[in-house]
Amino acid sequence: MPCIEAKGLRKAYGPTVALDRVDLTVETGRILGLIGPNGAGKTTALNAILGLIPYEGSLKVLGLDPWRQRDALMREVCFIADVAVLPRWIKVSQAIDYVAGVHPRFDRAKAEAFLAKTQIRRASRVRELSKGMVTQLHLALVMAIDAKLLVLDEPTLGLDILYRKSFYDTLLNDYFDHTRTIVVTTHQVEEVQHILTDLMFISRGRIVLDTSMEAFEERYAEVMVLPDQADAARALKPIQERQVFGRSIFLFDSADRAKLAAFGEVRTPNIADLFVAIIGDDQPEAQRAAA
Amino acid sequence: MSTTTPDQALEPAAAATAPPLRTRTFYWSLRRELWENRSIYLAPLITAGVVLLGLLIGVVNVPRHVVVEGTMAIDSSQRAMAVQIPFDAAAAVILVAAMVTGFFYCLGALYGERRDRTILFWKSLPVSDLTTVAAKATVPMVVLPIATYLVIIATHLVLLAASVPIMAANGFPAFLFWQELPLLRTWGVLALVLACLSLWYAPIWGWAFVISGWAKRVTFLWAVGPPLGLVVFEALAFHTHHVNDILHDRIAGGLDHLFATKLDVRGRVTANLDQLDVGRFFSTPGLWIGLIVAAAFFAIVVWQRRYRAPF
Repeated sequence: MPCIEAKGLRKAYGPTVALDRVDLTVETGRILGLIGPNGAGKTTALNAILGLIPYEGSLKVLGLDPWRQRDALMREVCFIADVAVLPRWIKVSQAIDYVAGVHPRFDRAKAEAFLAKTQIRRASRVRELSKGMVTQLHLALVMAIDAKLLVLDEPTLGLDILYRKSFYDTLLNDYFDHTRTIVVTTHQVEEVQHILTDLMFISRGRIVLDTSMEAFEERYAEVMVLPDQADAARALKPIQERQVFGRSIFLFDSADRAKLAAFGEVRTPNIADLFVAIIGDDQPEAQRAAA
Repeated sequence: MSTTTPDQALEPAAAATAPPLRTRTFYWSLRRELWENRSIYLAPLITAGVVLLGLLIGVVNVPRHVVVEGTMAIDSSQRAMAVQIPFDAAAAVILVAAMVTGFFYCLGALYGERRDRTILFWKSLPVSDLTTVAAKATVPMVVLPIATYLVIIATHLVLLAASVPIMAANGFPAFLFWQELPLLRTWGVLALVLACLSLWYAPIWGWAFVISGWAKRVTFLWAVGPPLGLVVFEALAFHTHHVNDILHDRIAGGLDHLFATKLDVRGRVTANLDQLDVGRFFSTPGLWIGLIVAAAFFAIVVWQRRYRAPF
């Protein structure tokens, strides 16, 4: 049974279509990166998966209908929303007590052990913690829950690079095993590239790329070309060309690697560049300017 | 709306573990409300402190001739009144303060979590909207009356302990307190009064909850403005005052239905102990209409919290 299975998932807010008949499947044990520009429908998709909003079409999460069976689903699913949403008045000790009280799958010892590795004091209120510490606390609470699906919507927004790195390292080393599934959205795509097993691009309510990372690495290639060879490279129909220090970097989709190797070292592109190549053209000009 | 059918397979297992789990989540949801809203017990406590301080200073400041007159000249009913008034006044002030606190709690109960988006955290945990709203409704309807009751009793005890020696020193014999102050009976009636008021005010709490779950800003204006507007409109358009009567009865008339005769102007419970008529209160149609309206309001609130997008 796939962890998440959507068929014809649609959500409209008045005349605005946030999700336009999306089909997607996420198998158990994967780490999926859901990447898209602002307003692409990422959060709407996650809200539907979490049973926070009604939708059209068919959607199963862990075999449950998220909208109708939300209470049962939330025993198996955890999520961290896009901003620090822990209440500012709550004390660290109260937050632990509360989650331990309401969640049957919460392991208090695990949360305590994780917090012991941080500077967070039990008597502090959330408002006294730095943004990074709030995220650490939230992560400690969430990781101590034995959930089958963890949904992270911009979990590292506004954090400095040290906290961001430690966030994903902790997630990967201390939490993830192959019985769990993680769905993460972020704008800091380069930082999650190495932890993802699957990648999805979403733009204007539609899935425009859906691939495993293995397939991604086989399919897309990038090569840096000297100016005198640029025309030859263009003949191979790159999906994107950009200039760096007087040289051109070409990004190819399903190109013959042997031919590319003639121009220089062939590398796997990073997700951010592929994102620009695929989604950059899909965006109306006004929206890009606003973003 | 989803077109899928619910997965029935999981339901029996969920139902089997539901009762203890539901009680636990309710208990912790209630505790979380009290962590966040300490005003529920702090406001009555602070009010009691101010009232006590005022009364005690007042007792010390009693002019000499009044005390002499008090012991010598006045008849027993006046004497009883002199002894009882501070106790009743303290109870009344604390009660009103608690009700105002309760109203503001309700206005913030669902608005606050939407405004600061913590609703996304609360909803990430397996606590149903029904449990959450039930816990929030328990605060003004059960926790607040109990807190108010305890604070009033504590205030009476302090008042008693402090005023007996002070009055005695002024020539007012201590035994008069026991004679004129039926404290235990007052406390019994007070418990009844608070329980009845809790039911009487249920639609007011419910209305404040609906506004709290719906308004984008200025919850107080939305809660108070439309009813006042209706009163004014009715008066101007039809020269009648039905809405005004209904509102007045709901806000200030609860106790009138609990006592056989109207309370005197000072709202002195102690003086009216013999007039208590519980049967009359429970046969007032307004009580039952109010409870039905309140139930409808709370159902709307559960629906709102479920259906509205989380921000």
